[in-house]
Amino acid sequence: MKTVSFFSTCLADTVFPGVAKDSVLLLEQLGCRVVFNPKQTCCGQPLINSGFHQKARKAMELQIETLLEDPADYVVGPSGSCVLQVKEYPKFFEDRPELQEKARQLKKKIYELTDFIVNVLGITDVGASLEARVAYHPSCHLTRLLGVREPPLALLNQVKGLELVGFKGQDKCCGFGGTFSVKLGSLSGAMAEEKVKNIQEVGADYLTGADAGCLMSLHGVIQRKQYPIKVMHIAQLLRGNYKL
Amino acid sequence: MSIRTGDLPLKAQLAKELANSNMREAIANGQDLLNSKRDASFEELGDYEQWRETAGAIRSHVLENLDYYLNQFANQADAAGAHVYFAKDDVQATGYCLEILQTKNAVKAVKSKSMVTEEISLNEVLEEAGIEVIETDLGEYLLQVDDHDKPSHIVVPALHKNREHFRRILAEKKGYTGDNVPENITRFVRQLIREDFMTADVGITGCNFAVAETGTVTLVTNEGNGRFVTTAPKTQIVLMGMERIVPTFAELDIMFSVLARSAIGAKLTSYMSLITGPKGETDRDGPEDLHIIIVDNGRSKVLESGFREVLRCIRCGTCMLECPAYRHISGHGYGTLYPGPLGLALVPVLAGYEDYKEITKICSLCGRCNEVCPVKVPLYESIFEHRRIIAEEGNLTNVGEKFLMGGYGNVIGHPSLYNLTTKTAHFSSAAPVVGPLKQWSLDRELPEIPKTRFRDWYAAREKKAGEK
Repeated sequence: MKTVSFFSTCLADTVFPGVAKDSVLLLEQLGCRVVFNPKQTCCGQPLINSGFHQKARKAMELQIETLLEDPADYVVGPSGSCVLQVKEYPKFFEDRPELQEKARQLKKKIYELTDFIVNVLGITDVGASLEARVAYHPSCHLTRLLGVREPPLALLNQVKGLELVGFKGQDKCCGFGGTFSVKLGSLSGAMAEEKVKNIQEVGADYLTGADAGCLMSLHGVIQRKQYPIKVMHIAQLLRGNYKL
Repeated sequence: MSIRTGDLPLKAQLAKELANSNMREAIANGQDLLNSKRDASFEELGDYEQWRETAGAIRSHVLENLDYYLNQFANQADAAGAHVYFAKDDVQATGYCLEILQTKNAVKAVKSKSMVTEEISLNEVLEEAGIEVIETDLGEYLLQVDDHDKPSHIVVPALHKNREHFRRILAEKKGYTGDNVPENITRFVRQLIREDFMTADVGITGCNFAVAETGTVTLVTNEGNGRFVTTAPKTQIVLMGMERIVPTFAELDIMFSVLARSAIGAKLTSYMSLITGPKGETDRDGPEDLHIIIVDNGRSKVLESGFREVLRCIRCGTCMLECPAYRHISGHGYGTLYPGPLGLALVPVLAGYEDYKEITKICSLCGRCNEVCPVKVPLYESIFEHRRIIAEEGNLTNVGEKFLMGGYGNVIGHPSLYNLTTKTAHFSSAAPVVGPLKQWSLDRELPEIPKTRFRDWYAAREKKAGEK
């Protein structure tokens, strides 16, 4: 049995606990033993992408120590973006070789959830079913920067009854961008609106993805526009919970 | 024009552009059309990644040895009979240019499209001195007629406006009576510009690439206006950014191949002018006098900074066409001559953080630009690093943001503090929407923060399991 140290991400921990909960239950369903270290907080990305690398160092150090603390074969998180951030840690500790070495170990051990299920566990069919037209948002950090393109699709393709619907501009950024969404909210909102419009136009019933941040933004537009599109993280969809 | 093209504060500028639905539609259509053409044109070339790698390596090599190649180019151009002048900044470049025109008693100059001339405000300087300057690139011409509207893209300057708009402008300003069919508009403008070509004293061009081995300057255009500018007037002035060098014709071939495809999705541009020295004894046309002004204007500073590789850029505009933020605000949203990812990467170091730090915010860090740049400019990394410099070096950051970020860093750096803060976070859902969350809420609902965090659920489950 594989032991997984779960990296909840602060967003799933506090705003979308269902995402983290279903990720844990899914991993357990697929035969993993899951541990969660409550000393973990946030990967520091809001600070780092705003340029405040120094102010994020304490948080980075904390995640490195915490996520490596429990004996586990892997570290798994339900977000391409946050996992990418953790994988970037080694370059922030050129001045601290010991910590940098630990950061490298963590980099090797950590996986995004769908990548882990498909490429480590070797599973694509988790036994889920859903009769619906589903739009999938391939988030930028997950696909372009982390290189995880196929796993979410492989999982969705095995869901019985599920029809994946493509839409215009599918690969384009949804406009979330972390702090970008609050620094330049008007532009971020315009980008999200275009994405939602394209999803709505193809008549999708559901929208899913592997990054809760992007989904939070798109869901916010869908709510504002009162479109009948249900939004959920892929872990929730695979567990049969259709609400973010 | 200069590097600064808009005076509004960033958020006001963005609000203005976002309210312009005609512009947004035109830009989105333009992006989609040009991007699909580019993809198709690279497809037939074969391994895109390999071409990017090679083209990028050539640019990087040139930058590493720029002093050598510039020297070689200047010597060869001089030997071919051109006058070469190095201009440290905009004042020197425009001053030298004006001097040439005044020596020739010139009253009219025709220009082909050139970003570096816009960067140094050449038109303004010449017009101030009473010289008429005619832009002959169709897009630039239309903008000039349209009360000097600013370009919104570096290759397709009028991308933000549609043909009906230009039909109306030409009718108002030039007495055009035809319809809005592009061919008819072009035919009309062509007749007007032809007069200017024949009567201009001086032709002014930019330079896409300069070949060091032969002292050749090159120009790619699609309308033939560039060819006319370089053949009809007796005097030609070329202005080139000092990084526009390729070693030999072999590298020029590769650069042209990726430039034409990246910029307009074509194998080649319709016209490629290669000019080595002034008109020779056996030549039937060409300028009798050829001046080449090599413009630094901040490039040396970039070269010495940690951002040297940004100078790889060949001004194809691909990063703008692919940028999801540019899509909604056009080049005007940035208020800078070089917009989009290139603008974010180049302008702060070319022209200073003090005046241009704000534009580095116009990026969601989606990484698309890095994927498509034909010379592999590290755009993402440069934007990322600019943000660090602005936040951490000198006094460039907003005090409020620094304070907020410091507070956040403190919370996520301490498990107990994080625990306490997130435990009570759900109360904020009932509070009025203030500060940065207002920005979020312009077009979107905020999520409701639940009482039970994931960690609470997990702890309860552990406890229950322990009891059993």
